[in-house]
Amino acid sequence: MPSKVEGWKDEVYGNEIREHLMEFAEKGWESIPEDEQDAWFERFKWWGLYHQRSGQESYFMMRIGTPNGVIKPGQLEVIGEVAKEYASGPAQNPEFGDAYCDWTTRQSIQLHWIKLEDIPEIFDKLEAVGLGTQQACGDSWRNIVGCPVAGKDKHEHVDAWPVAEDLHETFKGNDDYANLPRKWKVAIAGCDEGCGQGDINDLAFEPAEKNGELGFNVRIGGGLSRKEPRLARDLDVWVPPEQAADVAGGMSALFRDHGDREDRFNARIKFLMDEWGPEKMRSVLQEEYVDFELETAGEDMRDQYSYNTGSQDGHNDHVGIHEQKDGNYYVGLNVLVGRMGADDVLELAELADEYGSGEVRLTQRQNIIVTDVPEENLDEFTSEPLLENYSPDPSPFMRGSIACTGTEYCSLSIVETKNRQVRYARWLKDNVELPEDHKDFHIHLSGCTASCAQPQIADVSLRGMKTRKDGEPVEALDIGLGGGLGDDPRFADWVEMRVPADEVPGAIKNLVNNFKDAREDGETFRDFVEDRDEETLAEMVEPEETDYDDPYMHNTKMTWYPYAEDDDMQSSPAPTNGAGEPLTSDD
Amino acid sequence: MTTDVHQLDDGAWISVNDSREVNVSDLWLLARSDFCGCETTDFLAEGFVKVGVDYPDIQARIAGQCISCGESGVTDWLTVGRVVDPDSGEFHGVVHESVHFPEKRTRLASPEE
Ligand code: HEM
Ligand code: SF4
Ligand SMILES: [Zn+2]
Repeated sequence: MPSKVEGWKDEVYGNEIREHLMEFAEKGWESIPEDEQDAWFERFKWWGLYHQRSGQESYFMMRIGTPNGVIKPGQLEVIGEVAKEYASGPAQNPEFGDAYCDWTTRQSIQLHWIKLEDIPEIFDKLEAVGLGTQQACGDSWRNIVGCPVAGKDKHEHVDAWPVAEDLHETFKGNDDYANLPRKWKVAIAGCDEGCGQGDINDLAFEPAEKNGELGFNVRIGGGLSRKEPRLARDLDVWVPPEQAADVAGGMSALFRDHGDREDRFNARIKFLMDEWGPEKMRSVLQEEYVDFELETAGEDMRDQYSYNTGSQDGHNDHVGIHEQKDGNYYVGLNVLVGRMGADDVLELAELADEYGSGEVRLTQRQNIIVTDVPEENLDEFTSEPLLENYSPDPSPFMRGSIACTGTEYCSLSIVETKNRQVRYARWLKDNVELPEDHKDFHIHLSGCTASCAQPQIADVSLRGMKTRKDGEPVEALDIGLGGGLGDDPRFADWVEMRVPADEVPGAIKNLVNNFKDAREDGETFRDFVEDRDEETLAEMVEPEETDYDDPYMHNTKMTWYPYAEDDDMQSSPAPTNGAGEPLTSDD
Repeated sequence: MTTDVHQLDDGAWISVNDSREVNVSDLWLLARSDFCGCETTDFLAEGFVKVGVDYPDIQARIAGQCISCGESGVTDWLTVGRVVDPDSGEFHGVVHESVHFPEKRTRLASPEE
């Protein structure tokens, strides 16, 4: 029997949701019949709107999909303006104020506290400059990710940006692929650094050479969610750039027709890959979904990959100043946990115009890159006061931090994430010394097993949990070690479970010190972890209270907003009307 | 009215008659359960896997973990609340901090979302 959600999707889904959305927005929040809310909120996701968690009814998270993270000249200003005007809620965040943008791990943008009534205006503003929210959430082609410096990078062999743009244009709003069993995540990269993160996507195109021609090898079935992380598997297919869209269309049609529509937990293609294996996947694709002979895989470049490998040389992220192939420079700025205040966004938009081409790009590490800066502008640009907070040369602990949305807005969360990770990073910067040869050290915090912060591919993986301290429930984290990408990607080993959140910085400090004591000369953290068993590693973690203070130990999910002065669920002003005034419920 | 129950957002919460009623991230004390070796399982709810109605009880099987011993898995059917007024569909959640007794089987549970 198809799931409830499938039933709703059969009634209305895809592009047609928009006219309903606009009508509800016109008439206001209360015009959505109570007994249809669940169905409409499920559908609104397709247009990039995610109803916020319990206690925040009538407010939405809005996701803007920017393929490959490319924000063209003129767009960042509009994003900042929209955030400033519409993304403020009834309470402020103590670290970030109100009105901010989140740069996400899939090179998208998230705004919070969006009101239904404002959506038509917001869509107008975004669409006027070529931005949009279509398919940013929901069961369809999601934002396409890739090497954030595609088309600019010296390490590039195939320019993947036109291919990404073509995929985006072909599959956004395309009714044939609008209703898939579940989300469909695609990565494409043409560089030899491996920064597309293809291994954790449903469909990955990776640079490869065949018969002297450059194109892509295809991998299928990666993903991190639940406790079922998978690396994408080699399909043994090579495509030239001009056929990438045909293979991508074929694969997503295969998923559309063969994915599990009865059980959403089993729907992602990684589970179909478990069931079928790559040989059957390939033969079904060949026989039913493409009308040309597929080539076997070409020679890939995986042995050169350096991105997120923990190798401590090469290109572990995109922070810093790097020369482009046209002689200009790109300047990768660190945005701690990916969150940037709207005023800062507006200022950065001006700086990008002044010193570069006006284009910026988002990375899969929640950072932002200003591209096309001529050499003579570098000094002046990097001395701008804004770059003190968004540094091209930050501490490894600031640079390596990623955090998901967590209990601030997310229904599935177990713990507070972004503000906590900000405090962790600051404390670690002041109190922990990495070995001198370690410039990269990635700590990813996810509020639950959905793994939006991609914890399994970090040096230190943190995942939301609970435990008891003196009998009282407190927020806690599972600690995993040694994950990363590269030629030989590896998911973290979960070594120490349910560590009270206030003991995690102490645990990381002890771990780093134990690593420094026990490592061989030149041994990287990732190799060190790989060479040791879980027990030995667990002993090195040693959770401990320190002078780090955690204001979020209580059950932040039971509040209506974790940082509100009166955070009691009963004190929530939500739902509110278009003017933000509380609506009294009649039941 | 008939009672309409489903889990949404990947099992993040249970909707009862189109109202968000039971959420993940709470701790439930489970007695006499086979979930783990602990006398009382100190269970962290991480996701609602199945929901059903054994009128007037609303029941669920929940994915999660015992935070005392670390055992993880899916519970047997647990009563998470009841519909107190069949006309309005008004729902009262159980007090999850008190002790609960999971059941092997439930009569009218619909296995679907
Ligand atoms: C049913 C609830 C949700 C589930 C199961 C879920 C799951 C996921 C997963 C699995 C990923 C990407 C990781 C991967 O597949 O490799 C992801 C991405 C993300 N999710 Fe969620 N998520 C949920 C709700 C939310 C909500 C409510 C928010 C915020 C309000 C959120 C924020 C994010 C962010 C920031 C990303 C990176 C996204 C992107 O760029 O597309 N998630 N989510
Ligand atoms: S990892 Fe979990 S808590 Fe964090 S945003 Fe994703 S679903 Fe929410
Ligand atoms: Zn137990």
